[in-house]
Amino acid sequence: MSATRRTWILGGLPLVLMGVLAALVIGTGVLDFIRGSAPPVEDLTFQRVSLTPGRITADVVNGGRDPVTVAQVMVDDAFWSFTVTPSPTINRLGRATIEIPYPWVEDESHEIVLLTSTGVTFAHEIAVARETPVVSAKFFGVFALIGLYVGVIPVAIGLLWFPFLRRLERRWIHSALALTAGLLIFLGADAIHEALEAGEQLAGAYQGTLVVIVGFLGALLLLHTVAGTRVQGGGASGRRAVAWMIAFGIGLHNLGEGLAIGAAYALGEAALGAFLIVGFMLHNSTEGLGIVAPIAHDRPRLRMLAGLGLLAGAPTILGAWIGGLAYSPMLAVLFLSIGAGAIAQVVMVLYRVVARELETGEPLWTPLTAGGLVAGLVVMYGTGLLVA
Amino acid sequence: MTDSEGNITRRDLLRRGAIGVAGIAAATQTLRAAEHKLDPGLPTGAARSAHDPRNAATQGQVSDASIDPHAFLEQFDYGEVTRRPDGTVVREFHITAVDREIEVAPGVYYPAWTYNGQVPGPTLRATEGDLVRVHFRNGGSHAHTIHFHGIHAGRMDGVFEVVSPGESFLYEFEAQPFGLHLYHCHAIPLKKHIAKGLYGTFIIDPRTPRPPAREMVMVLNGFDTNFDGSNEIYAVNTVPFAYTQRPIQVRKGERQRIYLVNILEFDLINSIHLHGGMFHVYRTGTSIEPHEFTDNLMLCQGERHILEFTFEHTGRFMFHAHQSEFAELGWMGVLNVVDGSPIA
Repeated sequence: MSATRRTWILGGLPLVLMGVLAALVIGTGVLDFIRGSAPPVEDLTFQRVSLTPGRITADVVNGGRDPVTVAQVMVDDAFWSFTVTPSPTINRLGRATIEIPYPWVEDESHEIVLLTSTGVTFAHEIAVARETPVVSAKFFGVFALIGLYVGVIPVAIGLLWFPFLRRLERRWIHSALALTAGLLIFLGADAIHEALEAGEQLAGAYQGTLVVIVGFLGALLLLHTVAGTRVQGGGASGRRAVAWMIAFGIGLHNLGEGLAIGAAYALGEAALGAFLIVGFMLHNSTEGLGIVAPIAHDRPRLRMLAGLGLLAGAPTILGAWIGGLAYSPMLAVLFLSIGAGAIAQVVMVLYRVVARELETGEPLWTPLTAGGLVAGLVVMYGTGLLVA
Repeated sequence: MTDSEGNITRRDLLRRGAIGVAGIAAATQTLRAAEHKLDPGLPTGAARSAHDPRNAATQGQVSDASIDPHAFLEQFDYGEVTRRPDGTVVREFHITAVDREIEVAPGVYYPAWTYNGQVPGPTLRATEGDLVRVHFRNGGSHAHTIHFHGIHAGRMDGVFEVVSPGESFLYEFEAQPFGLHLYHCHAIPLKKHIAKGLYGTFIIDPRTPRPPAREMVMVLNGFDTNFDGSNEIYAVNTVPFAYTQRPIQVRKGERQRIYLVNILEFDLINSIHLHGGMFHVYRTGTSIEPHEFTDNLMLCQGERHILEFTFEHTGRFMFHAHQSEFAELGWMGVLNVVDGSPIA
């Protein structure tokens, strides 16, 4: 027997034993004994609720361990007729679509309650009823405009700081990079927070919090492995790589943001005043500043600047389309946590970029860099207030 | 959306702001060409079907053969009758408390506590002055009693003489006064024992019988299927919309008498409203003279009245709680008034 074969056998043995044990537990009814006569634990989660004139359509998923049978449907405290496809009995991790012919009222709130065969209820509130956008030229147009306003234009405006940055001394550039790190830390923390929040809407079996951890660490380590070597090289090409990575991280964050925006529009949440656009522009234009800071002393082509802006901003449009058409909390959790991981990786890279350029013995944290980082956080916080 | 403290989160603001943006975007003329009608206020084919009155009900049929609101409606248990030498009529009733899962709406099962396996329990009926003997056996898993409304000795009140599982008790009293009463379990916790289904109607007829009529028993009840302290289901005689899906046949010109008992838990008041007619109200059934002539009557928990009415027109007439919420959650029915020779 060769050493390799022996290694494989030793590695596989515990797996085989686990398989045998699982078969024993399932095959001999040990599970039934453990469960005894405990009642089934039912867990239905609303994935998506869409409205068309005179009709409410709800997609639900069974995240519990037992099958669930939807026996009756109530809308606004009234039993209502419905159809459920493919079957009123939904198996573990199975899905069903429930269609309810209900004369919902525009701009008012409605509550759907599913009553299962065991008498358990699952409720979903439609905060503000609005017709769900259908796929049409108008749909794509409106969401492209939303993406432009919220994502692309602010980032592009931020890129206009490039000529200004070029005139700065190295220590001020470092301050700008620290500022960028501050902005990114704020965005990353926000993305984590939102990912965890979206994770709570997931069916229990999908373990939202763990998806966030996998997405975050997965993105961070993958980028570290893939892009890390290019950055290691240093010099102009290394700095360009850093700019692309920042744009990519921000792009992922904005994709998540676009998802939320599209979903909110699709689910008909409250419409507030349009003065908020200004807040958004200020808030998101700082992202553009962050992208160009690492390449301030290089001579990037205009095409590259445009590419960076699109990579960072355009995903908002894509996100809004996806969110408006097929929002799912799982998508939001994934995009937001991957975005947070990408951002964390970029912050680590920024740290190395600055550290590498320092002379021996020159301190990294000076009033300019520390102040820059704090300023980045404060700027995001302040412009965030404008959005409120 | 707000968090548990009612604060608005940053992303919520983003969403709302985005909608503001969307509003502006939608208002711009650039996209007018591609725009098509998105006004949900205007009725379309789908909207018309959404307004179909048949939509507002439970779906399907109760398949539990032992739950038949139509049979229950006109079922009276007069007991086993014997006569004592002095002429006193003795009525012996047998009631057993049983745990039983019942189908409270199509496809919805509720772990009820029942008298004789049914909810509401059997409608017991005696005449004023009869000796009533109720042989109660507790075949359930919890301690129960039967508490009768009416006049009787303290020992027979079904409150302090708790009957443990497997034990029996004989309730014995003279049927007094005539009227529409009820009985229910009075074991603690009280709410739970009533809400789980331990209640029924107890009618004491006056010595001089009431005028002939077509008589029906309607017990207004409900079910808290998810045990959150409020009812998911409202009904007459347990099954929501039972008399909507299969209307009660009534003859024009025939006197109708309804023994109406409200045993609804959790909701303070209940009511009945009759379409296309007015009814005489005999409060608690303790008088031969009507108290009121109306088409809308309010009942507190445990309140019950006899209603009498005669339809002058044929057609389908609704009766339901005038709390619209209760009506739409099941407490609704239809009387189908047809021509024909009155039986009473």
